[in-house]
Amino acid sequence: MLNRTIAPIIKEPVDFTISLPGCQKHTLSNGIEVYTVDMGSEETLMINWVFYAGNWYEDTKAVAAATNFLLKNGTSKRSAFDINEHFEYYGAYLSRSCYNETSELTLHCLNKHTNELLPVAAELITDAVFPAEELAIYKQNAKQRLQVSLQKCEFVAGRLIDAYLFGEQHPYGKYNNAEDYDAIQREDIVAFYNNYYRNGRCVIFAAGKLPADLINELEKHFGSLPLRSHRQELTVVRHPLQPAAQKKSHIINDAAGVQAAIRIASPFPNRHHPDFQKGLVLNTLFGGFFGSRLMANIREDKGYTYGIYSYLLNHIHECGWLISTEAGRDVSEATITEIYNEMELLREEPVDDEELLMTRNYMIGSILGDLDGPFQVIGRWKNLILNNIEESYFHNSLHVIRTVTAQELQELANKYLQPDQFYELVVI
Amino acid sequence: MIQFEKFTLPNGLRVVVHEDAATPMAVVNIMYDVGARDEDPGKTGFAHLFEHLMFGGSVNIEDFETPLQMAGGENNAYTTNDVTNYYVQLPAENLETALWLESDRLLSLAFDEKSLEVQRKVVSEEFKEHYINKPYGDVWFKLREMAYPNHPYRWMTIGKELSHIENATLEDVKQFFFKHYRPVNAILVVGGNVKTVEVKTLVEKWFADIPAGEKYVRSIPDELPQTAPRRMEVKADVPLDALYKCWHMDDRMSHGYYVADLITEVLGGGGSSRLFQSLVKEKKLFSHIECYHFGSVDKGLVAIEGKLVKGVKMEDAEKAVDEELEKLKKDGITEKELTKIQNKTESSIAFEDMSVMTRTNNLAFYELLGDADLFNTDREKYFAVTREDILLYSRKIFDVNNSNTLCYYSNN
Repeated sequence: MLNRTIAPIIKEPVDFTISLPGCQKHTLSNGIEVYTVDMGSEETLMINWVFYAGNWYEDTKAVAAATNFLLKNGTSKRSAFDINEHFEYYGAYLSRSCYNETSELTLHCLNKHTNELLPVAAELITDAVFPAEELAIYKQNAKQRLQVSLQKCEFVAGRLIDAYLFGEQHPYGKYNNAEDYDAIQREDIVAFYNNYYRNGRCVIFAAGKLPADLINELEKHFGSLPLRSHRQELTVVRHPLQPAAQKKSHIINDAAGVQAAIRIASPFPNRHHPDFQKGLVLNTLFGGFFGSRLMANIREDKGYTYGIYSYLLNHIHECGWLISTEAGRDVSEATITEIYNEMELLREEPVDDEELLMTRNYMIGSILGDLDGPFQVIGRWKNLILNNIEESYFHNSLHVIRTVTAQELQELANKYLQPDQFYELVVI
Repeated sequence: MIQFEKFTLPNGLRVVVHEDAATPMAVVNIMYDVGARDEDPGKTGFAHLFEHLMFGGSVNIEDFETPLQMAGGENNAYTTNDVTNYYVQLPAENLETALWLESDRLLSLAFDEKSLEVQRKVVSEEFKEHYINKPYGDVWFKLREMAYPNHPYRWMTIGKELSHIENATLEDVKQFFFKHYRPVNAILVVGGNVKTVEVKTLVEKWFADIPAGEKYVRSIPDELPQTAPRRMEVKADVPLDALYKCWHMDDRMSHGYYVADLITEVLGGGGSSRLFQSLVKEKKLFSHIECYHFGSVDKGLVAIEGKLVKGVKMEDAEKAVDEELEKLKKDGITEKELTKIQNKTESSIAFEDMSVMTRTNNLAFYELLGDADLFNTDREKYFAVTREDILLYSRKIFDVNNSNTLCYYSNN
């Protein structure tokens, strides 16, 4: 008779040998680096143009995001409709996104259509014209979207906690209000585009089952553009941190709200600091996955919330430690108390062997799962390249996951999980 | 073409194995033929509540998550109005751990009072987070009730009202479990870096001795054809007026399903779609508009929803939507539009097929629809759709007597 109480033998993921599948580097004539991961079985690919054109570089609020959004909305030869139709006709997806330091244009398409699409991508980078009418629609729609978002406690909490932690003037902390959208001038966008796209710093990533002539095609369409290598920085832009003075805030956004958005955050060193990788393990244990302490206590034992997580914020320059949840309004104080209780436990008691092993195995298994497929693999490489770190960092992080001790984690908890270092925000 | 093998255990459990040596991972997907449509109208939200209870331990294994995480795995689940799906991804070497865990919860849950009490609260918080605390969060509660006077699609997967979950008893939960979560109502798909022979041995080892259970035979009232337009107005503390419309379409296995899917692409798929180009960009009546369908197993809904630009009158916005639909009903689509939506279909299938997780999930769903091999023949059905089909079917769906309209007004 089968005894179901006995678990099958497992192979401990900590013992796995994990290698990061290789990435090829090519350099176009103008110095632009192209990184490629050629694997997979479907005839599909992804090309990602990364520009150093995030809000870190803007002089006026909301200009970086508006420029990025409007890249697709008209060139001297094509209207916004023509551009959309060109990509959609070939079943391709051209998305754009704007982050703090970088902004991107990303193409997903079937291999067989690549050569129809690359020239138009190049056209967007060299010849976007930002029609006034498109800008007017963008402003209006962005303001309306904002109005809806501002009714959500989690949206309000998310932007305020960043502002407390980094400062309202800092790229990581600033956020847009309706008047910021109103104030965007077309000339600012054109100037930003000229500096940071047309003549900007760029790096290209491509992944999938790549067509044999891809590098030649990229050279043909992008190799002679006035773009610069992403490694060139002419003037180093710095922004001072200006964290808030007040550590605790309680805001009523909607008097009838049935839930409270809770955000608790403190500064944390960036990934170049020796504590960062160990911090990732401690964070996972604390609130980084379903089996974490916060989830086990606050969701699975008490039912205060649908979900609670903690994160190490992955910015390039300054990082942070953030705990985030939406909890029942009447249990929001109890939830905060439990978060601090869990911090205290991590400071007071070393984690036991079984829980530590489970965390290690979960983390390794999850890295293995994340390396499944070309897009995931290039994602790992991109993270290394944009943060200017070597491949050894990846292997070192696996080593840290395997070897960090309970004592080291406890020391780390004592260093970083101190309630008085945290900003605490409740938005109802 | 995707390769797979199928077999059925004597207790009725259908098993599909899909080998893919390119990944180090294995995926174990178990789909139960039960969704919110199978609930008692007075006890809605149960299938979804189960999604939570299923992680609360089973009869021989106190804790589902810990051994799985120890084996390097992750899992999650979702519930729809049609199906309940649980999936585990873990390093292929540890496949047996997933089968052990899944088989024990198929054997029987722990039925723990404390677990029920906690998950009732968790689901209540989920309800609040997604449907009460969000502007426009109540829209589909109202529209489903309007569109389905008979069929149990009239309620949301989360449940019709919070009290149904709050009042769930352990006895209710037990009954629901033994009625629906039995081998005879389940489909197990194992995919990834696995060998069919080994999967067969392990599946037999862990699943063969689970009692088959009684086959649940669904008897759901079919929704009668709608014969007159239905309308409703709502006023709420939201910043903008919004317009929601929906129309009945065919069930998942009908030709009409594929035609409707392509119609939503023409109207709402991306920046070059008709509604976006005409109503957001040219006429500037909406700040946002989309067209989609629910893709449900029984007869579903095609929907259009949009937020009005401040100052635009609801009548003008609705009229403009109707004009676009009239244009489609009169002239159909161009040859170029047909090529575009077929290219998009080809490409979205290719991207979806890249992940072993989606492939196993789709295999389970196709097997539930009747045969896992539909995975390989489904795409042909999209390419068989003609311009004529689109013209005729849009006339059928977008008939005013088939329409349900919700005008959602801002109090401000």
